[in-house]
Amino acid sequence: MIRFLLKGIVRDRHRSFFPVLIVTLGVAVTTVMHAFMDGMADEMVRNMARLDSGHVKVVTRGYGEIVSQIPNDLAIRSADSVMAALEARYPGMEWTPRIKFGGLLDFPDSTGETRAQGPAAGFAADLLGEGSGEIARLNLAQSLVRGRLPSSPNEILVSDEFASRLGVEIGGTATLIGSTAYGSMAVHNFRLAGTIRFGIAPLDRNMLIADIADVRYALDMEDMTAEILGFFPTTVYDDGAAELLADDFNGERPSGGPAGLRMLTLRGQGGIGQMLDMARSRSAIIIAVFIVIMSIVLWNTGLMSGIRRYGELGVRLALGESHRHVYGTLIAESILIGIGGTAAGAAIGLAVSYFLQEVGWDISGMMRGSSVMMSNVIRARVTPATWMIGLIPGMAATILGAVFSGSGIFRRETSRLFKELEV
Amino acid sequence: MPRAGQNGIFPGVIAMSILQAERITKSFPGRAGPIEVLKGIDFSAREGEVIAVLGASGAGKSTLLHVLGTLDAPDGGRILIRERDPFTVSDRELDEIRNRDLGFVFQFHHLLPEFDALENVMMPAVLGGVRDRAAHERAASLLADVGLEKRITHRPAELSGGEQQRVAVARALMNEPAIVLADEPSGNLDDRTSERLHTLLLELSRKKRQTFVIVTHKRELLERADRGFVLEDGLLVPAGR
Ligand SMILES: Nc1ncnc2c1ncn2[C@@H]1O[C@H](COP(=O)(O)OP(=O)(O)OP(=O)(O)O)[C@@H](O)[C@H]1O
Ligand SMILES: [Mg+2]
Repeated sequence: MIRFLLKGIVRDRHRSFFPVLIVTLGVAVTTVMHAFMDGMADEMVRNMARLDSGHVKVVTRGYGEIVSQIPNDLAIRSADSVMAALEARYPGMEWTPRIKFGGLLDFPDSTGETRAQGPAAGFAADLLGEGSGEIARLNLAQSLVRGRLPSSPNEILVSDEFASRLGVEIGGTATLIGSTAYGSMAVHNFRLAGTIRFGIAPLDRNMLIADIADVRYALDMEDMTAEILGFFPTTVYDDGAAELLADDFNGERPSGGPAGLRMLTLRGQGGIGQMLDMARSRSAIIIAVFIVIMSIVLWNTGLMSGIRRYGELGVRLALGESHRHVYGTLIAESILIGIGGTAAGAAIGLAVSYFLQEVGWDISGMMRGSSVMMSNVIRARVTPATWMIGLIPGMAATILGAVFSGSGIFRRETSRLFKELEV
Repeated sequence: MPRAGQNGIFPGVIAMSILQAERITKSFPGRAGPIEVLKGIDFSAREGEVIAVLGASGAGKSTLLHVLGTLDAPDGGRILIRERDPFTVSDRELDEIRNRDLGFVFQFHHLLPEFDALENVMMPAVLGGVRDRAAHERAASLLADVGLEKRITHRPAELSGGEQQRVAVARALMNEPAIVLADEPSGNLDDRTSERLHTLLLELSRKKRQTFVIVTHKRELLERADRGFVLEDGLLVPAGR
């Protein structure tokens, strides 16, 4: 009997091939969507961490309160000893100083007259220090478009877009006109070593990257740093570990006025947490909506094929097969289809997700003008959840579809079942 | 030609009534109120009897056959198959009645499209739990009986309408049911082929004592049947021959 029915499933493409195809598609798309969302959130966190927030960040209380104004007058003093203390207390971590600053970047011609100028978003990191991991962390070598990386003092990088807009050449002088940590005017000459593109729209507009030693000198910040970023040895951000660390650090410094030090976690910094939560919940909503839509589509095909098959089911009932057996075979069939489709869909979905994880998808066209710190190439991330997520719409929808559409055989008079076919 | 055992040639022997309908009514909901299709059918068929039912299109012939075949519940009245009301027995018994006692030839064949002719004919045996060499041979010989020995591996889509109808007849006969209800089994057949089919059914009724209720438009069958009725205005009236 079972063998007989199996034969039927295999021979009737409406019963096997098409539902399996739909389940496969649904499961594959859900899987890829999920991996994609995960990858996007992940990428966002990674970019935040390496470019802006660190896994944790030490600032003064005053600086932390108005961080968006870049209040360098509230920077950490005696930065070297703070760094040394951090390194001694948390030896597994990597600590690195950063300073953000604003200013006008002026490119003079050979006579010293301004040829082109524009406002720059400055970013100082330990580029030239011995054993510093910043070049790698900021991915500068890979981001270089023209010229070379800074190798000696006073060499800077600017966004390629910025350089192109101003029409400046590699090797030329670039004068920063800004303000010192004490509010007086600062003027400092740099040399343009190269141009970079991060692939993150807001950074690529007018970024200026300089070695922190030069910037300390230029802005009158000897032995000062605005921020000290801390990184765990793992690249994945672990919020629990970061919280523990921050609690430990802050617990020792209950107060201390505006100049007292505070450690902030990645999540705890200016809106990143909310943004992450938003991204997460948005992705959860998108996936949930998708699962619902997919289930409805699958249910519908289950229903349609159910109605299409009422004739067959009616005949089987008329020939004396029991209602329960007919219903049972219908459910068994849907389970087979669900398993087949889910397996195929998960395989395809995982393959695509894996490809997106390794190669990525360039969406720079859509990101122009965006201010979200997200790469222009988004990548999926394959996690254990990626393997399982497709099961929900795959199995649930097919089986529910069969349960609902199949229950029609109990409700109808047998003759009504095949009359559906006679019209 | 009336046959011995019926029509009162041996009045002392009362053949058992195997299929009985008592005041069957059936109506369908229509736009302007219910359509009364069957208005109180009284009817009884004995073992081995061949009964022809005629009637205009839309008269309710298929409806009557569905009710007799337990596929439709009557609104009023009752039917008895071997003295049992199939609508009061358990589901399990009903399944068994359908599988063992009844054979149904649908007006629109209703063969299962993904199975070939032989598999379709075997289906009632398979559903009844029998699937052996004997069933296989029986299905093949039934197909030969209806003239389809060269079509046993064809799927329904590869058969003509008349061929499909004959496969449906063979399927109805597969489990040797006591009662065969056939809805225009020769509707698509030429005179010669339909005569051959009728001869087969008449022979079976005589040899195996199977009862046939056959909806037909063929006068030839009406003349050869034991009794004939016309379904008219919701009632069965004896057909003038
Ligand atoms: N499910 C239904 N719902 C509503 N009306 C129905 C239904 N089934 C049958 N009818 C109506 O009942 C009447 C009898 O139908 P039936 O199929 O029994 O006719 P028939 O005598 O077999 O006709 P034919 O010779 O054309 O096959 C028709 O008028 C039809 O419209
Ligand atoms: Mg009819």
